[in-house]
Amino acid sequence: MLEGILIGLSTALSLTNILMVIGGVLIGTFIGMLPGLGPMSIIAIMIPVAISIGDPSAALILLAGVYYGAIFGGSTSSILLNAPGVAGTVATAFDGYPMARAGKAGKALTIAAISSFAGGTIGAILLMIFAPMLSSVALLFHSAEYFALMVVGLSAIAAFAGTGQVAKAILMTLLGLIMATVGEGALYNLPRFTMGLMDLQSGFSFITLAMAMFALPEALFLVMHPMRVNTGGNSGKITDLRITRAEAKAIAPVIARQSLQGFFIGVLPGAGATIASFLGYAVERNIAPKHEQDEFGKGSIKGLAAPETANNAACTGSFVPLLTLGIPGSGTTAILLGALIALNVSPGPRLMIDNPQVFWSVIISMYIGNLVLLVLNLPLIPYIAKILAIPRTFLIPFILFFTLMGAYIGQNNATELLILVGMGVAATVLRFADYPLAPLLIGFILGRMLEDNFARSMQLYDGIGFVVERPMTMGLLAIALLLVLLPSYRAYRARVRARGVADGD
Amino acid sequence: MTKLTLGRRALMIATAATLSLGAPAFAGSHQVLDSIHFLIPGGAGGGWDGTARGTGEALTKSGLVGSASFENMSGGGGGKAIGYMIENAESQYGTLMVNSTPIVIRSLTGVFPYNFRDLTLVSGTIGDYAAMVVGKDSPINNMADLIAAYESDPGGTAIGGGSVPGGMDHLVAAMVMEAAGKDALNVKYIPYDAGGKAMAALLSGEIAALSTGFSEAVDLANAGEVKIIGVTSDERVDAFKDAQTMKEQGIDIAFVNWRGFFAAPGLPADRLAAYQKAIDMMYATPEWEEVRARNGWVNIHNSGDDFRTFLEGQEKVIGDLMKKLGFL
Repeated sequence: MLEGILIGLSTALSLTNILMVIGGVLIGTFIGMLPGLGPMSIIAIMIPVAISIGDPSAALILLAGVYYGAIFGGSTSSILLNAPGVAGTVATAFDGYPMARAGKAGKALTIAAISSFAGGTIGAILLMIFAPMLSSVALLFHSAEYFALMVVGLSAIAAFAGTGQVAKAILMTLLGLIMATVGEGALYNLPRFTMGLMDLQSGFSFITLAMAMFALPEALFLVMHPMRVNTGGNSGKITDLRITRAEAKAIAPVIARQSLQGFFIGVLPGAGATIASFLGYAVERNIAPKHEQDEFGKGSIKGLAAPETANNAACTGSFVPLLTLGIPGSGTTAILLGALIALNVSPGPRLMIDNPQVFWSVIISMYIGNLVLLVLNLPLIPYIAKILAIPRTFLIPFILFFTLMGAYIGQNNATELLILVGMGVAATVLRFADYPLAPLLIGFILGRMLEDNFARSMQLYDGIGFVVERPMTMGLLAIALLLVLLPSYRAYRARVRARGVADGD
Repeated sequence: MTKLTLGRRALMIATAATLSLGAPAFAGSHQVLDSIHFLIPGGAGGGWDGTARGTGEALTKSGLVGSASFENMSGGGGGKAIGYMIENAESQYGTLMVNSTPIVIRSLTGVFPYNFRDLTLVSGTIGDYAAMVVGKDSPINNMADLIAAYESDPGGTAIGGGSVPGGMDHLVAAMVMEAAGKDALNVKYIPYDAGGKAMAALLSGEIAALSTGFSEAVDLANAGEVKIIGVTSDERVDAFKDAQTMKEQGIDIAFVNWRGFFAAPGLPADRLAAYQKAIDMMYATPEWEEVRARNGWVNIHNSGDDFRTFLEGQEKVIGDLMKKLGFL
């Protein structure tokens, strides 16, 4: 192994490969910053470039750099414009955007950058030490466990069920779950709830829905409340990067936990960065003390650090099944796999033996890449944050342009724009009525996977028996229950104690 | 087999040379068409996208076609693009649409209101065989073992695949069981939303066997992670000679998941001939060989009437099977 690391080190530190990793993360982070553009389309476009390089190590270093660079940069549009471009950064907007609204855009971007860096780097360390052993972990989960994992993910909606909001949050989650059933599922041969419209046959697209729920209502609110854009205060404050010692102390354990948790969820081929970010958010929210819990969804630094750490760690973790088993867990890693095969490298258990320089140099390039991303992003934050100081006459068209472009590009289907605008207006009305929109998106993203895995397990076990037959499923479901009940129990205890004190004295 | 192809290629090069001598009007050395517009019925990064862009790359780099443009039109699982070609036929004579086996399946189920007869058939270009795969530690070593396991415990012998029930991977599994004389209706088929996830389920032991594309399984078979117990080709495939064909094991089926190109209905005959000629000549170029090898595609070339015969044959086989399975 040490020998392999040394080979990897010398390969990764060659001038070409350092240029590759810098080029890759640069492209990735800038594309990722644009709302609506995810890593998948940009990697697909870059495949011919990577293949023409010819050297598999260099090609994979470049493409991997684009991948985690895009996840790194994806937080920017979530935080500043409430326009997540990738499913993995939806959770970042939950607390990142309220922070930016409160005039702390610079701080939010800094926390996101540091969390991403830590998640990516700790992920790379774990990848280096444990990758060979982790291939069996990747195969530990069956459909039943994936189903239970999605249930744990759904417990994230508890964060949006504040006082008097419980019914509304549940209602919006259900709406999201219902919307996930539109179109042809993986399990049925027939389109459902498409109302005969061909454009709904593949279901709603995630990007369109994310833009309609988050970015478009935001732009409309800016139009309707002329003062809203100025809540950011003067531009001197929004560019402030400083994190206080107390804040650093608060997020350090979050980062440590989520790097580990995110990485292991990323290792599972059926989960990935999105699930990791929701789970990270749910877990951190539900184990936080009561007074901090109320902050979640309103601009909590923990609520921002958790998904940002987890999604980057998961992105690194997803290289475990790709490199050690040759199994792609997501669309993006499937494209990476195609590129590797085209370069005559077969990922799988023999990769470490046959092509040690490819295996180790990619992992080592991840340290360099994450460092480059941090060094690159930190000095740029004051300038990027200034986007919010742009006069609203320019800012609103800018948001609208990217929102519409994000929904259109990649699919080239003009009907998406109609769906986007229609849903966006509906979402704005819901926001007026004070319905939280994040649970809808969580329900939508998890809904399809929840249903597919549930139905598969039902089929495999001829009924619901899998819940008792598989201890791990039971365990995960128990964790989900605990995550939901723990906060209520604590609140109950606090009430009892408060009453006790009042009664006693 | 290979020799035959080479012979045909040599003949094609000769023909191409003669033609270009006799037709000096063509610009460049052997340009057949000025431009082709490729319509891709799905988003960027999918199989259709790769096929169209790869073909366009080979055609332009080899100089057979002056320029190529690409348009992604997703919607309706590909149905939107087919409708667009038919409704705007006259303005789409410069367009080639890429498609594959699902056009046959989806037309049969009525998901598409059209079928391939509503379009002009240009040519099937590449394909992939289907394969049955089991994990490396599985006690199953060949189709006979799988069928025996299925007979003794149909409920415990789940076969997975990367397509919906009634989709390609399911149909192949059912076709195999049917040809082996078993009741295809009882096959416990577990669908996954992508081939990679189905493969993970096989390795984790959730399913007993996997019905998948041959090329998707070859790399893992080479790595010793899985065993390919049957291929739906007529003869063993060069890419992995160890894999037995279904026919060798007494299961008389052959199945090709093809990809090819269609044009708008009412396409003028000379235009069609030019498209077919450009694609014919493409196979002999090193540029195509590079694209093909990079993607691991198998050349399966059916042009014009051969393509029609092939599609009608496939439609009949799949249609009969789907009726039997209750999907129609």
